[in-house]
Amino acid sequence: MVDEVTQKILRDPAFQELEKKRNKLGWTLTAITLVIYYGFILLVAFSPSTLATPLGGMTTSLGLPLGVGIILASILMTGIYVRRANSVFDVLVDKIKENAK
Amino acid sequence: MSRIRTLLASILGLLAPAAFAAGALEGEAQKRPINVTAIAMFLGFVALTLVITYWAARRTRSRHTFYAAGGNITGLQNGLAIAGDFMSAASFLGISALVYGSGFDGLLYSIGFLVGWPIIMFLIAERLRNLGRYTFADVVSFRLGQKPIRILAACGTLVTVAFYLIAQMVGAGQLIKLLFGLDYFNAVIIVGVLMMIYVTFGGMLATTWVQIIKAVLLLLGASFMALMVLVQFGFNVDALFAKAVEVSPKHGAIMGPGGFVKDPVSAISLGLALMFGTAGLPHILMRFFTVKDAKEARKSVFYATSFIGYFYILTFIIGFGAIVLVGTDPQYLDAKGGLLGGNNMAAIHLAHAVGGNVTLGFISAVAFATILAVVSGLTLAGATAVSHDLYASVFRKGAANDKQEVRVSRIATVCLAIVAIVLGIVFEKQNVAFMVGLAFAVAASANFPVLILSMFWKGLTTRGATIGGFLGLITAVTLTVLGPAVWVKTFGHAVPIFPYDTPAIFSMPLAFIGCWLFSITDKSAAAAREADLFLAQFVRSQTGIGASTGASH
Repeated sequence: MVDEVTQKILRDPAFQELEKKRNKLGWTLTAITLVIYYGFILLVAFSPSTLATPLGGMTTSLGLPLGVGIILASILMTGIYVRRANSVFDVLVDKIKENAK
Repeated sequence: MSRIRTLLASILGLLAPAAFAAGALEGEAQKRPINVTAIAMFLGFVALTLVITYWAARRTRSRHTFYAAGGNITGLQNGLAIAGDFMSAASFLGISALVYGSGFDGLLYSIGFLVGWPIIMFLIAERLRNLGRYTFADVVSFRLGQKPIRILAACGTLVTVAFYLIAQMVGAGQLIKLLFGLDYFNAVIIVGVLMMIYVTFGGMLATTWVQIIKAVLLLLGASFMALMVLVQFGFNVDALFAKAVEVSPKHGAIMGPGGFVKDPVSAISLGLALMFGTAGLPHILMRFFTVKDAKEARKSVFYATSFIGYFYILTFIIGFGAIVLVGTDPQYLDAKGGLLGGNNMAAIHLAHAVGGNVTLGFISAVAFATILAVVSGLTLAGATAVSHDLYASVFRKGAANDKQEVRVSRIATVCLAIVAIVLGIVFEKQNVAFMVGLAFAVAASANFPVLILSMFWKGLTTRGATIGGFLGLITAVTLTVLGPAVWVKTFGHAVPIFPYDTPAIFSMPLAFIGCWLFSITDKSAAAAREADLFLAQFVRSQTGIGASTGASH
């Protein structure tokens, strides 16, 4: 039932490598995002005073650098994904397209 | 408990301009004197966008241009446009108001809004672009039955868009009344008519550029305000916080989580709706088809995440700036010490405090422009669901030509604009704060599960997706109606039947379970065929081979 081109691509080692690498990166970063975000939410729900703790001698509380850190981490992780996709995934995709011809 | 509910309701409400409007205007909505600078700047914006619409209209002949701007938008442009869709007046005024009122809690919402974006990047963006053409229903129906899936997706889209749109229209009317001193009725009509012109004539091309311009203006305005606040404290953020703690009525409490914290179920449910709702918003998903390929799609997400994240950091500084500079200045306060026009005016008053009438006019005009841009994107998504999913795919079974499809889309746009104006007027006095929360919950419970399963799970069948998707949709709507926001606040019952404001923690798993259960028990020949087609879909989703290209044809 599966057409020939699809079968050929599925057998291509470059495709298998692409799938493996993209899945690994995508799900790893997703897991990190979920852990960071829901960890933060649970901290808010169960131990708000931890987040309100002032940082040594300042007014700034622990929650602020953590919160801003999550924002920056989100940007950083999307950046990592793009970088890796540009340098690794696209090369593999080109190879797969070449092989499928 | 009731205090938490009220707080959660108001917090949910902050997702929408309607919310702040509702919050700000629950008492008397006093009209402001006419603000000439603001109106002049707004007219400038309208003139510019109409020129763009004229330019776009001359290029909009095919459905490929109407729905997807010809696929020629770059990653950076699309990132800005997505940020424009996302940085609504609610984000700007609502979150800075929440920071002004509660400090740290404002940051919690910003984070909830932002963390949906990495998920879109890691799991959805590239696959969506590789598999679809104009709507997310293209992706879901790639190997599943066209008719039931298109109907489900169109329902999910229209319900999401309708609730979002009502919230925006009511918010727009209230906000414009406050900012410009115009009548509510006139304000709603102006917004509706302008949006109708942009979308009907200019389609996605005009909508995209309206978003981009608005996003740039909003980022510039917010950057300027944050900068002016920081200058006053010699760029020492801790000094800003210290002063805010000193002058705020809540003092040290603004530096930690407030009332949001005592009910973990609500907290997690809201988190789910925000994170996964973002990945199921039809007007956001549609934006990924405006770029050339998967590479540009992922670039868009990176730029969008960066702009949105930067913007939320600005709103935090703006909120704290308002505590210090606005909350202590009697010219912005009423007799009871509250902000004139309500907390949602915090950023607007701050604009005046740091930059006088010119900045005030600029920020007011940008807030108006923001609403216009967001309603345009929503209307286009709704019109596309009608013309592409319902008309072309269900009624004409793919036989409609370019011209017919674009014509239906334009008619649908006009109808949606009229409906939006009418609903905006009908709902003027209603509390519509729950509607954006509902839109996110529906997106997370109907659109997202079906979309993600269709991309990742071979076993998903038409029957499973249809039943699961409708289960999520109906549950999300029903639980919202039985919950505190509607059952108690709108219908006036004493006790809600469903105790939480956000249904996502129940409706989302239910949708997934429905999809799973009715797929694995589906032994039909069609189901077996659909499973066979998965491999071809899988190859295309990974490589983009066979995907629609950016070139117009």
